[in-house]
Amino acid sequence: MRFNTIEHTADIGIEVEAESLEELFAGAARAMFSIMVDLDGVSAVLSRDVSLDASDLVDLMFEWLNELIFLVSANRLVLCDFEVGSVSSERLVATVRGEEIDPARHSLELEIKAATFHEMVVEERGEGWYARVIFDV
Amino acid sequence: MSGAFRIGDFAWEIPTDYKPGMRVPGVVFADEELFEAASRDKALDQVANVAFLQGIVGKSLAMPDIHWGYGFPIGGVAAFDESSGVVSPGGVGFDISCGVRLLKTGLTEDEVRPGLRDLMATLASNIPRGLGTRGRIHSTQSMLRKVLVRGAREMVGLGYGREEDIEHTERGGTYPGADPARVSERAFERGADQLGTLGSGNHFLEVQVVEKVFMEKEARAFGLHEGQVTVMIHSGSRGFGHQVCTDYLQIMDRVVNRLGWELPDRQLVCAPLGSREADDYLAAMACACNYAIANRQALMHWTRESFERFFNASERSLGLDILFDLSHNVARMEDHQVDGRKRRVCVHRKGATASFPAGHPDVPAAYSEVGQPVLIPGDMGTHSYVLVGTETAMKESFGSTCHGAGRTMSRSKAKKTIRGPELKERLERQGIVVLAGNVKLLAEEAPEAYKDVSRVVDVCQGAGLSSKVAMLRPMGVLKG
Repeated sequence: MRFNTIEHTADIGIEVEAESLEELFAGAARAMFSIMVDLDGVSAVLSRDVSLDASDLVDLMFEWLNELIFLVSANRLVLCDFEVGSVSSERLVATVRGEEIDPARHSLELEIKAATFHEMVVEERGEGWYARVIFDV
Repeated sequence: MSGAFRIGDFAWEIPTDYKPGMRVPGVVFADEELFEAASRDKALDQVANVAFLQGIVGKSLAMPDIHWGYGFPIGGVAAFDESSGVVSPGGVGFDISCGVRLLKTGLTEDEVRPGLRDLMATLASNIPRGLGTRGRIHSTQSMLRKVLVRGAREMVGLGYGREEDIEHTERGGTYPGADPARVSERAFERGADQLGTLGSGNHFLEVQVVEKVFMEKEARAFGLHEGQVTVMIHSGSRGFGHQVCTDYLQIMDRVVNRLGWELPDRQLVCAPLGSREADDYLAAMACACNYAIANRQALMHWTRESFERFFNASERSLGLDILFDLSHNVARMEDHQVDGRKRRVCVHRKGATASFPAGHPDVPAAYSEVGQPVLIPGDMGTHSYVLVGTETAMKESFGSTCHGAGRTMSRSKAKKTIRGPELKERLERQGIVVLAGNVKLLAEEAPEAYKDVSRVVDVCQGAGLSSKVAMLRPMGVLKG
């Protein structure tokens, strides 16, 4: 899995490449959290199971990343480990791990407040998969 | 495809053949420099994309602080016919009712300057801010429901402020039509402990001084004079509004699929006005507006408490009166003249401020003779402005003007070229005390990452969309 950030005047985005769809979704989550926090300081001490239904892959990516943002915003979690069990065009099952935010220990970099549909891409490219997501920060 | 062209000193047209599918032309209010800045990213394309939406009337507009957003551009204004048009959550944005409140004081710069650093520290300890911070208000479901319906009115009832505050707040402190039953459980969960928090990013609380008054009569009506200290609060509906937007983007995505509409950007998903989905969104959006107004009411209350503690005097005796509170991310039903006849339209303002003239029914009684105050936050290190609404805005821009400086540099570029600690030092040398939760992040909000706010408000004045009443200079900045 590889990812890089995209420049956007007001906000920030990511591009992710991976060999499988599962790796792509896990990679997008990892990319998003690496913008928010220094992941080296986050431990996988608690876990949450995530199961989502959507209308297509773009909708599923939107729902997946916003689900994780919800866990940050409402449950005050930072996540570092994303085990995506299965992804189809309409369904995702995953287990995510991390810990409660501790401002004293975690180096929080940037608050990502939402994943947007704007210019979102999730598609097969060559032998692998590609995704692009722009966030609201 | 043909390009945009100049139609006046402060206006550029994006013709319908700029992008096939546009129903109406676009107009960008800008001078040469600001137009050139808007042309560098995808902002003009976004003005064109908005013009694809069903039932758009007049033109797809952009204010001079336009920049690339998602879906609508930031600085975008569009109106949709009540029977053939749509409402689009992306046209309001994630931070529903993000806005500005200005608090006046009876203090002068000389009285505040000597203890400024300690005053800022008092404010910092009183006002929850930054990422992952819990608010001081632990709201129950039932309290939150009342806040969502009644906004600032509910907060005043709970002891956060005075009765007069709501008369000087847009819509009398309560956004009408709110229905908490249209809000998801998840939004409640996100909203529960974020009421009364400033947030992070571009949100701030600033102690300022009125440096210059441009219009005497209007300044007097607003209670402003040169040398007077003011406090500006810029914040929104926090995680609550974001969740409402996220929820309804998915709902409207299904509506667009069902109707078989082709959109140039999926973030522009929308629903026909009058449909169940549109009504539900507008009722949920109104809840988020009330949350945001209540949030700023709580932040103002703690600002007053901080001044009381610091100056050992009551806030009333210190003259801590609200000037106005407004939202710059919102959609609302309004009456406007379109092609010579009065029409009821849903005006979307995404990073744009209402700019109503004297006598307009939505201007608070205290200001009805001069027009609505327009509060324009600048960036740290430069100025903020108080403007007043105009008749021309009613004719040209559905009663709208700019909302701020508008970004010109991406966050990652700002971080690469500017170092937070150095910026803090530079601002301190200018006499601006900066307290930031994360000094590294300060770089992203550096003055050079923004357009020149004075140029933006001058273009608004040149185009007649608003008039300058006063210019405010920052003394102390509190950031998340």
